[in-house]
Amino acid sequence: MRDNNSVNHKKVVGGLLGGVVGMFAFGFALVPLYDVMCEALGINGKTSGEAYTIEAPDDLRVDDSRKVRVQFTTSHAGDMPWDFDSEDRYIEVHPGEVNRVNFVAHNPTDRKMTSQAIPSLSPSEGAPYFHKTECFCFQEQVLEPGESVEMPLAFFVDDQAPQDLYRITLQYTIYDQTGDDVEDVQPVAETADANSPMDKG
Amino acid sequence: MSAVADAHAADHHDHGPAKGIMRWLTTTNHKDIGSMYLIFSFAMFLIGGAMAMLIRAELFQPGMSLLEPNFYNQMTTMHGLIMIFGAVMPAFVGLANWMLPLMVGAPDMALPRMNNWSFWLLVVGSLILISTLFMEGGAPNFGWTFYAPLSTSYGPDSTTFFIFAIHVLGISSIMGAINVIATIINMRAPGMTLMKMPLFVWTWLITAFLLIAVMPVLAGVVTMMLTDIHFGTAFFDAAGGGDPVLFQHLFWFFGHPEVYIMILPAFGIISAIIPAFSRKPLFGYTSMVYATAAIAVLSFFVWAHHMFVVGLPIAAELFFMYSTMIIAVPTGVKIFNWISTMFRGSLTFETPMLFAIGFVILFTVGGLSGVMLAIAPADFQYHDTYFVVAHFHYVLIPGAIYGIFAAVYYWLPKWTGKMYSEALGKTHFWLSFIGLNIAFFPMHFVGLAGMPRRYADYPIQFANFNMISSVGAFLFGVSQLLLVYIVIRTIRSGKKAPAKPWDGAQGLEWTVPSPAPYHTFETPPKVD
Repeated sequence: MRDNNSVNHKKVVGGLLGGVVGMFAFGFALVPLYDVMCEALGINGKTSGEAYTIEAPDDLRVDDSRKVRVQFTTSHAGDMPWDFDSEDRYIEVHPGEVNRVNFVAHNPTDRKMTSQAIPSLSPSEGAPYFHKTECFCFQEQVLEPGESVEMPLAFFVDDQAPQDLYRITLQYTIYDQTGDDVEDVQPVAETADANSPMDKG
Repeated sequence: MSAVADAHAADHHDHGPAKGIMRWLTTTNHKDIGSMYLIFSFAMFLIGGAMAMLIRAELFQPGMSLLEPNFYNQMTTMHGLIMIFGAVMPAFVGLANWMLPLMVGAPDMALPRMNNWSFWLLVVGSLILISTLFMEGGAPNFGWTFYAPLSTSYGPDSTTFFIFAIHVLGISSIMGAINVIATIINMRAPGMTLMKMPLFVWTWLITAFLLIAVMPVLAGVVTMMLTDIHFGTAFFDAAGGGDPVLFQHLFWFFGHPEVYIMILPAFGIISAIIPAFSRKPLFGYTSMVYATAAIAVLSFFVWAHHMFVVGLPIAAELFFMYSTMIIAVPTGVKIFNWISTMFRGSLTFETPMLFAIGFVILFTVGGLSGVMLAIAPADFQYHDTYFVVAHFHYVLIPGAIYGIFAAVYYWLPKWTGKMYSEALGKTHFWLSFIGLNIAFFPMHFVGLAGMPRRYADYPIQFANFNMISSVGAFLFGVSQLLLVYIVIRTIRSGKKAPAKPWDGAQGLEWTVPSPAPYHTFETPPKVD
C-alpha cells in the first residue's frame, strides 16, 4: 500500500540489489556447474574421467558379433601451422578389442614449437563407452624445426556399449602452446586426474 | 523568450517544471522522464530501422550490390542490438514511467533521482554502442547474439566498447526495474490491492523481476568475454580449457527471458485496450495474472531450444522441446481471454484497437511458427534460416512494437491533452499492417526452402521472394515516419481531448485532467 516511508523503499531496494548481486554471481557459478554437469552426465563429447588411466582389463571380452566404425578427423586451431592428421581415416573395431592408430604431426616452421591436441567425441552418448589406454593427447608435444613424429593412440570400445552405437567420430584439434607459460596453461597430462573438470579425454 | 518573460512564467507556475535544458537534464518528474524515454527510444527505433532498410536494400536482388559484406554484418548486428536495447526495452520503461504512477495512484515513481540516472545512463550506453560504427575496424559484426569465440577471438577491436555499452545499458535497465518494483510495492493508493491493479501494472511488475534475474547474468557473460579478450582467461576458449557451448548456455539463459521482457508489458497494454473498445470488462483477469506469472517462470526452463543443433544429448532435446511447448498453454489462455473479451462486445475500431487486434492476430502467427521451431527434429531444418527471422519479427513487431504503438495512440490524449487524427492513425495502422506482412511472410517460405540468415547474398532461386520482402520492408519503414508527423501534428493542432476520451476506458489515469498535470495524486485517490 501507499507508503512514502523511505525505510520501506530501502528494504525493497536492498532486497532487489541483493538479487542483482546474487544473479551476477550465479552467472559465474554456472561455469563450474556446467563442467560438473557435463562430466556427471558424460555429455558434451568429453570422455569420462576414468578413461584416462584405464588399463585394458585382462578379462576384456571381445564382442565378435558386431563392429563399430571409429572415424578420425583433425583440425587446426587458429593459425597453427603444423601438419597433423591420422594415418587411417577410420577403422572398424569389435567392442572389447584394443586397437592402435597413429597420428602424424610435422612441424614445417623453422622454430621449436609446442602443441597440445584436444579431443572431442561424437555422438556424445558414446563418450562413456570409449576408453583410451594410451594417447598423445595426454601430454604436450614438442617438435624441433622440420621434425615429424608418429603419435600413437590406443583405445577400446566398451563391450557394454549399446547396440545402436555403430559409429564414433573422434575429433582432435591441435593448438599452438609455444611460449605459453606453464603456470598459465597447464599441460593436460598434469591435470588429467579423475576429478578435474578440465579433463579432456 | 527573454529572461524577463522566463522569470514571469516561473512566478506563475511555481509547481511546474524548471525552464530550459536543465529541466530535462535534472528532472525527477516521472512524466518528463517518461517522455524522454519514449522520444529517445523512438529515435533509436528510426536509427535501427534505417539499418534494416540498408539490409533490405542489399537483399533487394541477388549479388553484392550495395554494401560491403563486413558492413552488412555490422548492420544486422547493430539493428538487433539497437532495436532490443535502444528501442523496445526503453520504450516500455518510458510507458511504465508515464503510466504506473497514474495507474496505482502514486504522485511519482518511488526513486525519482535514480529514475533520472537510469535514463541518462541509457543515453550514454546507446551512444557508446553507436560510436562503434565510427571506429577503426568497424562496429560489432558477429550478430546480436555475439556468440564466442566469434566475438572474442575474432571480433573487431570495438568489441570492448560494445561490452561496456551492454554493461551501462544493463545497469540502466536494472535501476529502472528496481524503481518499478519499489513503486508498485510501496506506492499504491489506499484500496489498490494487488488483484485490483491494472494488468499493465501486473505485467510490468513481473517483467521487472525478470530483468533483475537475467540482466546480471548478461553482465556476467560480457564480463567473461572482456576477461577472455584482455586478461588471458579462457571461459569460452577451448584452447585454454573453456567451452564455446557454455557461452550459448549462459547467453540464452539471459536471452529467452529477455524475449518475454519485450512482450509481457505489451500483454498488459493490450489487456487495457481491448476491454476499453469492447466496452466490457476484461475476460478472466485472474487467469491473465497467473498466465503472465507462469510464462515468466517457464521462461527460465526453455533456453536451450535456441541450441538444438549444438549437439545436445537426446534427453535435453526432449526436455527443452516439451518445456517450450508448455509455454503455448498460458499464452493461449491470454489469446482466448482477449477474444472472449471482444465476443459480443460493443466494438469500435479506433487506432489503438486496430493495433491491439493486429497484435492478437499476428502475434498468434508468430506464436505458431514458434511452436514449429520448438519441435527439436524439425528445428534441424529451420535453424538459422529465414524461417527464424520471420518468426521473431512476427512476435516482436506485432508483439512489442504494435503494443507500444497501441499504447501511444491510447494514452496520447492523456499525455498531450490533444486528440490525434483518427484518419491518419488508421492509415498508419494499415500501412504498417500491410508492410509488415509483405516484408516478413515470404521469409517463412525462403526459410523453409533453406535460405540461411545473416548473409549479404543469396542464391538466385530466392530472388523473387526477397524482392517482395524488401518492398514490404520499405513500405513498413516509410510508414513509421507517419507516426512522427501524427504525434507532432497532435501536439501542435490536435483537438482538445477530454479527461476520458475513450468511453469504455477504465482506470485511475482517466480521473486526472488531460493533459495530465505536472503533479498528480499528491493526495492519494480512494480506490473502492
